[in-house]
Amino acid sequence: MTKTKVTKGKRIGMTGDEAVANAAAVINPDVVAAYPITPQTIIVEHFSDFVHDGEVDTEFVCVESEHSAMSACVGASATGARVFTASASQGVALMYEILFIAAASRLPIVMSVANRALAGPINIHGELTDQTMCRDTGWISMFSETAQEAYDNTFLSFKIAEHPDVSLPAMFGLDGFIITHALEGVFPLDRKFSQDFLPERDMKHPTIPGNPVSSGLLALPDYYMEVKYQQELAMTAARKVIPEAFKEFGEKTGRYYDQVESYQMEDAETALVTMGALAGTTKYVVDKLRKEGEKVGMLKVKTYRPFPTDDLAKALKDVDAIGVIDRDLTFGSPGAALYTDIKTSMYDYKDRPQVFGFIAGIGGRDVLVEDYEYIYKQVLKNKGAEKVVPVEWIGLRK
Amino acid sequence: MVTTEELKKVRIPKAKVLMNKKDRLAPGHRLCAGCTAGTIARCATLVTDIDDVCIFHATGCLEVATTVYPFTAWRVPWFHNAFENVAATASGAEAAYKVMVKKGKLKKVPDIIAFAGDGGTYDIGLQSLSGALERGHDFVYICYTNGAYMNTGIQRSGGTPMYAATTTSPAGKVIPGKIQWRKDLVAIAAAHKVQYVATASPAAHRDMMTKVRRALDVDGPAFLLIDMPCPRGWRFPEELSVQIAQQAIDSCYFPIYEVYDGKEYVLNPKSKAIANKPERKLPIEEYMKGQGRFRHLFRPEKRDDLIARFQEEVDKEWDYLLKLVNMSK
Ligand SMILES: Cc1ncc(C[n+]2csc(CCOP(=O)(O)OP(=O)(O)O)c2C)c(N)n1
Ligand code: SF4
Ligand SMILES: [Mg+2]
Repeated sequence: MTKTKVTKGKRIGMTGDEAVANAAAVINPDVVAAYPITPQTIIVEHFSDFVHDGEVDTEFVCVESEHSAMSACVGASATGARVFTASASQGVALMYEILFIAAASRLPIVMSVANRALAGPINIHGELTDQTMCRDTGWISMFSETAQEAYDNTFLSFKIAEHPDVSLPAMFGLDGFIITHALEGVFPLDRKFSQDFLPERDMKHPTIPGNPVSSGLLALPDYYMEVKYQQELAMTAARKVIPEAFKEFGEKTGRYYDQVESYQMEDAETALVTMGALAGTTKYVVDKLRKEGEKVGMLKVKTYRPFPTDDLAKALKDVDAIGVIDRDLTFGSPGAALYTDIKTSMYDYKDRPQVFGFIAGIGGRDVLVEDYEYIYKQVLKNKGAEKVVPVEWIGLRK
Repeated sequence: MVTTEELKKVRIPKAKVLMNKKDRLAPGHRLCAGCTAGTIARCATLVTDIDDVCIFHATGCLEVATTVYPFTAWRVPWFHNAFENVAATASGAEAAYKVMVKKGKLKKVPDIIAFAGDGGTYDIGLQSLSGALERGHDFVYICYTNGAYMNTGIQRSGGTPMYAATTTSPAGKVIPGKIQWRKDLVAIAAAHKVQYVATASPAAHRDMMTKVRRALDVDGPAFLLIDMPCPRGWRFPEELSVQIAQQAIDSCYFPIYEVYDGKEYVLNPKSKAIANKPERKLPIEEYMKGQGRFRHLFRPEKRDDLIARFQEEVDKEWDYLLKLVNMSK
């Protein structure tokens, strides 16, 4: 459950992108290597201001592509440095190759993803596919519902990524334009908090002069599998580290997070499940439906990787049917990213809800209150179906 | 900042001193017998302080053959990321070392060497290299060119010689190997106006080592293109590697020279000797005939037309280089 407590400090108006840049400046990473792309640009621009005004000690490597951005992040992180970057869409796709290497090299790089739809057709608006498509890369992956959450995720990502039991890169998303460009009141944190919450990174085998360690070796069939298995163990460790990090952050800031946030779920028979900014409107719709007497709640999956299977199972134990709203695509699959994960994870539980899938908000299309109400009605209508109901595209021109 | 005049005076220790240093690349690696990649890597790293150097590596023969997990032949810090991004990887590391210096965790930015093959440089890694040179990171990029993607089975690259047979530019019934001339990577690097660019050869090892040291002494990026005869891909007996490298210099197919500040071209002794006595220039046929990759120019029938065409290109490039050298005086 998300508890809200009044936080000390003055609330300041900022866009999601500014929030991330501000958080990164408070953290004061050693190296930032990044390349601009809408709707992430403000993060890089804003951070460049901090660098050029001498407000951070960071070396900012303004690279010539996202492939080089991630490559430079890997090189920097390999020395033991604290490293941050930001990207979106085509940029994430361009760095895709190196995302795997960053994770396999166990380098706790943090990247904010200003979630944007992928070309083609080229489009600059909000969609989560640029991050859900990274699910196999080995990165910790979280989403943000608000600018505040994006701000807080910047700190949380470093905390989780750099934990010695985890030592994995972490990305967190904020929906393009809807969060990145919308002005919101954000409670900021300060350097003192940052230094206390994020102790210096302590790398075991850094590539530094005088330390003759070779990293990034060729591993053939005799060893490759063990290396990969260790990555899975690190993800398992993250399942333990993440709630601890959320707890410590909550105690220190008054802002508590959960891997799966429950909203109005106490006696809910039906739930809408989603990620990122869609959760905001979902909450509004849930309130509205509650007023009309509907027993409906919402679950927001905040941590997408590692996937919070247990938390979801717990939250869905007494629920009859759920509508999963995906703002992401994967073609020819049984359903979109969140839907397939939820269905897979729930399958073995005796007390599991029926799962119905919806795809909405693709390429930044507005998802209206009526759309959520329609989704809710469809879930009720399909409840009890004895075969799989195909995933429905919401708000589609036909 | 080291000035260009100071750079020209940089010398390396005597052979006796160097010989007594511990190799940074240990024996027992898996490079082919006669592979000059090992020669280049050993020589290049010998002019560094073992406690003040970090190596970054692109995917390729030298990387694969020296670091098969759980073994490594490297006695110095070494990191491999991917095929096309060693310049960007080294950029990031250099930025991190700079911060460490700022924060008092490191005395100075160490010597940084990025190694990559011709495939990882002429082709897929060119953007990454250009970006790093333009941004001015303090590192040395060494491209060892064996004129093909050797690690993946001898495929053509932008650095493959014209008419060489590779597995993607085979000597066919109609098309006699690769039909394009190699690109001028030195000019590309020099066009970035970095302080030091040079070519080198294992046939002139002290010259090569001096160049590595000069490149490292630059406060900023420097680029070296080193000829790397490959007995496996070029099809010659492994004991002839250095001789083949010598022929590349003598024929002027691979002259050795330096470019200071992107504009001052200087020939190094072996190539300078040929400039002074043009009659010493080896006909390109002599270079080609000892290598199986050019065999189709000699058998079943001799292709004098193609050999002449190749010679023409070599002459053009050499004459142009001499012009640049003379203009620099
Ligand atoms: C993105 C990518 N494309 C292709 C490859 C396959 N590959 C690995 S090494 C290599 C060729 C290396 O050639 P070069 O750089 O000339 O080095 P050499 O092996 O000749 O020393 C290729 C094509 C790869 N590893 N990554
Ligand atoms: S194939 Fe060529 S470059 Fe590769 S190890 Fe063998 S000789 Fe060296
Ligand atoms: Mg090669």
